[in-house]
Amino acid sequence: MSTTTAAAPQDAPLSGAESRAARSRSLRLLGDLLRPHRGRLGWAGVLVVASTLGQVAGPALVAVTIDHALPALDDGDGAPLAVYGALFVLAAVVGGLAGGAYVRQAAVISQAVLLELRRRVFRQTQRLSLEFHEGYTSGRIISRQTSDLEALRELLDGGLTGVVSSVLVMVFTAVSLALLDWRSGVVLLVSFLPALALTRWFQKRSQVFYRRQRTASARVIVKFVETMTGMRAVQAFRREATTEQDYGALAEDYRAANYATFSLNGRYQPGLVLIGNLTVVAALAYGGWRVLTGELDVGVLVAALLYVKRFFQPIQQVGMFYNAFQSAAAALEKVSALLAEEPTVVEPARPVALPAARGELRLEHVTFRYGHGPVVLPDLDLTIPAGQTVALVGTTGAGKSTLAKLVTRFYDASEGRVLLDGVDVRDLSTPDLRRAVVMVTQEAYLFSGSVRDNIALGRPGASQAQVEAAARAVGAHEFVMAMPDGYDTDVNKRGGRVSAGQRQLLSFARAFLADPAVLVLDEATSSLDIPGERLVQRGLQTLLADRTAIIIAHRLSTVAIADRVLVMEHGWVVEDGSPEELVELDGRFARLHAAWRDSLV
Amino acid sequence: MPPDTADPTPRPAVETFRGSGAPGADASTVRALGRLLPFVRPALPRLVGGGLSALGASLAALAIPRVLQHVVDGPLAAGARTHDAGALWSAMALVLALGLAEAGLILLRRSLVMLPGTRVEAVMRGVLFRHLQDLPVAFHDRWAGGQLLSRSMTDLGLLRRWLVFGLLQLVVSTATVVVGVGLLVATTGWLGLVYLVGAIPVTVIVFRFSRRFRAISRRSQDQAGDLATAVEESVHGIRVLKAFGRGRDALESFTGQAEELRRTELAKAGQQARINVALTLIPELTLAVCLVLGAWLAHTDQITVGALTAFFATAAVINGPVVDLGMTLSMTLNARTAVDRFFEVIDTVNPLTDPDDPQVPAAPEGRVVLRDVTFRHDDAATPVLDHLDLELPAGTTTALVGLTGSGKSTLAMLVPRLYDVTAGAVELDGVDVRRMRRADVRRAVAVAFEDPTLFSASVRENVLLGVDDDLPAPERERRLREALEVAQAGFVEDLPQGLDTRIGEEGLSLSGGQRQRLALARAIAARPRVLVLDDPLSALDVATEEAVTARLRDVLAGTTSLVIAHRPSTVALADRVAVLQDGRVRAVGTHSQLLATDPHYRYVISSLEDDAAEHGVGALADATAEGDGDAATTRETTLDDEATGARL
Repeated sequence: MSTTTAAAPQDAPLSGAESRAARSRSLRLLGDLLRPHRGRLGWAGVLVVASTLGQVAGPALVAVTIDHALPALDDGDGAPLAVYGALFVLAAVVGGLAGGAYVRQAAVISQAVLLELRRRVFRQTQRLSLEFHEGYTSGRIISRQTSDLEALRELLDGGLTGVVSSVLVMVFTAVSLALLDWRSGVVLLVSFLPALALTRWFQKRSQVFYRRQRTASARVIVKFVETMTGMRAVQAFRREATTEQDYGALAEDYRAANYATFSLNGRYQPGLVLIGNLTVVAALAYGGWRVLTGELDVGVLVAALLYVKRFFQPIQQVGMFYNAFQSAAAALEKVSALLAEEPTVVEPARPVALPAARGELRLEHVTFRYGHGPVVLPDLDLTIPAGQTVALVGTTGAGKSTLAKLVTRFYDASEGRVLLDGVDVRDLSTPDLRRAVVMVTQEAYLFSGSVRDNIALGRPGASQAQVEAAARAVGAHEFVMAMPDGYDTDVNKRGGRVSAGQRQLLSFARAFLADPAVLVLDEATSSLDIPGERLVQRGLQTLLADRTAIIIAHRLSTVAIADRVLVMEHGWVVEDGSPEELVELDGRFARLHAAWRDSLV
Repeated sequence: MPPDTADPTPRPAVETFRGSGAPGADASTVRALGRLLPFVRPALPRLVGGGLSALGASLAALAIPRVLQHVVDGPLAAGARTHDAGALWSAMALVLALGLAEAGLILLRRSLVMLPGTRVEAVMRGVLFRHLQDLPVAFHDRWAGGQLLSRSMTDLGLLRRWLVFGLLQLVVSTATVVVGVGLLVATTGWLGLVYLVGAIPVTVIVFRFSRRFRAISRRSQDQAGDLATAVEESVHGIRVLKAFGRGRDALESFTGQAEELRRTELAKAGQQARINVALTLIPELTLAVCLVLGAWLAHTDQITVGALTAFFATAAVINGPVVDLGMTLSMTLNARTAVDRFFEVIDTVNPLTDPDDPQVPAAPEGRVVLRDVTFRHDDAATPVLDHLDLELPAGTTTALVGLTGSGKSTLAMLVPRLYDVTAGAVELDGVDVRRMRRADVRRAVAVAFEDPTLFSASVRENVLLGVDDDLPAPERERRLREALEVAQAGFVEDLPQGLDTRIGEEGLSLSGGQRQRLALARAIAARPRVLVLDDPLSALDVATEEAVTARLRDVLAGTTSLVIAHRPSTVALADRVAVLQDGRVRAVGTHSQLLATDPHYRYVISSLEDDAAEHGVGALADATAEGDGDAATTRETTLDDEATGARL
């Protein structure tokens, strides 16, 4: 399911129901993230109010001082001046400190939420099955982790400050107005209708626009990551101009999407201001008419109009907040969609413990197909006793790698069962399974960091001696020592300085260190030179002496160390026996073996 | 990962920041942001217009309450006495006009600023991308993807927001404060001066803040880039992490990094909080002093009560912008960091460029000569290739054989000029490749890399990557079919949409062997004069390898080829073999010659060196079954042979 959804065009317009579901999923996530911080949010609100009060108190105290303390001073009483002066200082200190404390508090909340979300996305990325990753590009995951999170951060950092104090000011003003002249209050209330209509219009369109923006941004990132990763091929095949064109088009889409959201917001905000100002005019008309008819005192009208105007002053900030909110909600739609993906390979709810595996593998009537694709393994029945080394031989598409992926549980069988020591692998906890079964693939990825870190990936916390022993066992020690800082040498990006063969040796060392009961080698020696392969084989013979191994290799030299060879074709095992037996049999393996012998010098 | 040693090209991202003196720090911020000018210049009129509109809108907003007060108290009150409704109409018209003006000016400001904001960002993003594509592979080897991505997306996004909001606000706020304070001093003398004194600690604090904040801002943006790198690696290496069940460890280390970023962000917020407190507290405390002092001055009749009221009214107007200044300043400093990080890449001088007077070989036949070539990575102590000489005569196929890590792939990268030699020269048809345009060299030389990179595009586009776009369609199609046939990549016909199936990261995932065959097809389809194949058959099974070899020999005939080989089956493609050891070519000859004369070659290429192997599978299996005894002895012997070979 993940493959199809992930590969589907991202910006297919959502139907009404889908759109609502996406939005509510996104808001649920936001609520979920903020819930643990309810207390902190409340405290932040208190701080905002305190800082707002501090700021508002200043002008009021000035007015009181001039109106009361000054005449008192003229009467020879300096006490009121001292009191108001002190109050002014107090207001300044409270307002200032509360403002500062709020900034800190807001950052604490925002950073805690971001950290939590980063971790969730990362954990989810690791949790999701390979099937998912084969359809969802790294660029899109990076875009979830970077630019989508950035949108949320903007909301959390900037938005809240303004909105709390703005809303407070608006509420206070509205209440004061209602008390002063309820009829003007009604005018204010009526003005809510067009404001709401405008907001609704903005909400509907911005939802579309911000979604488009998120998609456009993800596309730019995907293209960027892909180009940078494949830079050698881009340059070697002179694709710079074409790539630049493609990237330019995507960047332009992103710019246009940004522009669209800006311009939407650029109409929404002045729209709100306009409604506010029209309300002032309406209040003036209504109040003025009542003044003319003598129903209303001029002084009251002045005050009422000033309240109406003041009510709308913070509206731009509220608009900004709403805008940031829409942007974050669209981003969280994408993030929550990723978080909602279910791995196709599921961890068992109640795992069967397997602390020390012996390594017996049994496949019972295993059928496998990728998604709805053609059947790769029609019906496989196979038992590999603990400690046996089995070589899989066959052409591309025979199902060798699929078998390896099932044993390592990168995929689950469509039908039938895969058993390790009699336990269905689907009933094993991931740590138990991974401790027991390790796979080394052709693609030997190195992470940035030292050589030691990369080998120690096989067993975190391994000592230097253990790391070195593993490296020696596969013949990697010499070239590692020849590197500038030995085991502390930083393997650069994508292992730039390490040849493909050396990378494979390092990933072999990892497997040595991991010391699993079952080792699966999927074309793990393809880039090794012959001396390197000899060394690895020597190491393998020691390593595999007491463990189960499945070796997929087209180099029959590697096959030679096997106790048993399975020749596969179209998902069926067509020959099964010891290498000598199969050579005797004069079948496919015998032919392959003869061809291989001929190729040797 | 940013480079870890001093190196002229890319600079380490984290350590680059150097704190500078307080006043200098701000001057350099202006200078740093000034570098934006070439990008911003076309948008300047609009930005200025936007600023003026913003100013106009603020004025209208300020005017409305005063006008209200005025019209209601004056004409309207008078009208009420005379029952003249006309006064109401004109008052309404005036307020309406101002209200429309305010909204209109806000609209104008936004629409003026929007376009330049997004356009400057897009232009800079394009410039960065172009530069990155121009920079050599050596640069990309050392710069982590996340650091480049965060520059392209996060940093430039930050700049956009600063251009649209921050810059105008900074100008408007600063202007308001300066004019306001000037007004205070001019109109109220002593009181104004007291207020001005308050500005001294504020200025000092702002400068100190700028310096500290800049350091933290730099750290935070660098850490964000590293975090992006960690994400990228965790996805690219997902198979390894899964195979070893290291998801949790990866999460832990990622959490550590994210936690570090969080701490930096909190430190940033701490600085932000401090400057906010300072910018609120100091002016307010100064005002408290002014209040008491002003009351005393009024009491002693040195100023009027009206002047005192005016003083505080003006101070109230300045108050808002002063507090905003903290926010705007941080935004500006973040923008400055973004500019710094952007230009760090842009300023990286490309040492591998097209010459001013490019040459083209007079007689293009595909002869390649490596003359006294030395190659050393910028940050390495020892060279990979050391005074190496090798000639690839036109039309011949040379196999390059050597131990893993002996520099074969590096040598291969020198031919299409993906790297430049440290000393010596690589010549293509008698012309130093450094004197040719890169595009010309790379049109002549096609490479199949050892780890094949496929792009998210159709099979067709991937294979035709190196074929000129202006070639007629039937010819392109012919080359495509031929290349696929040679590379035994018939499997593409069985893909869901055949040749139009999207592959690569965003499409169907292919097996290692399938990817390798497409990469090979891509190199063949380019029909280059020189073909460089880096271990092109390593991931193929025996039968496919045989089929590819048979067809490839035909294609290679007449094309100068360099084939990196680990196995005899690959060597079989070649007319001659060059043996690479310790950065030099130790011998050149045919396979059988070398087998007879060169022990190192025998050691590297021959499986039969191992005695056990001579007896075939059975013997090997026996040896295994017997345990370590005999087999170990034979292996010891082999190792001795190797040692001898290596010494020779």
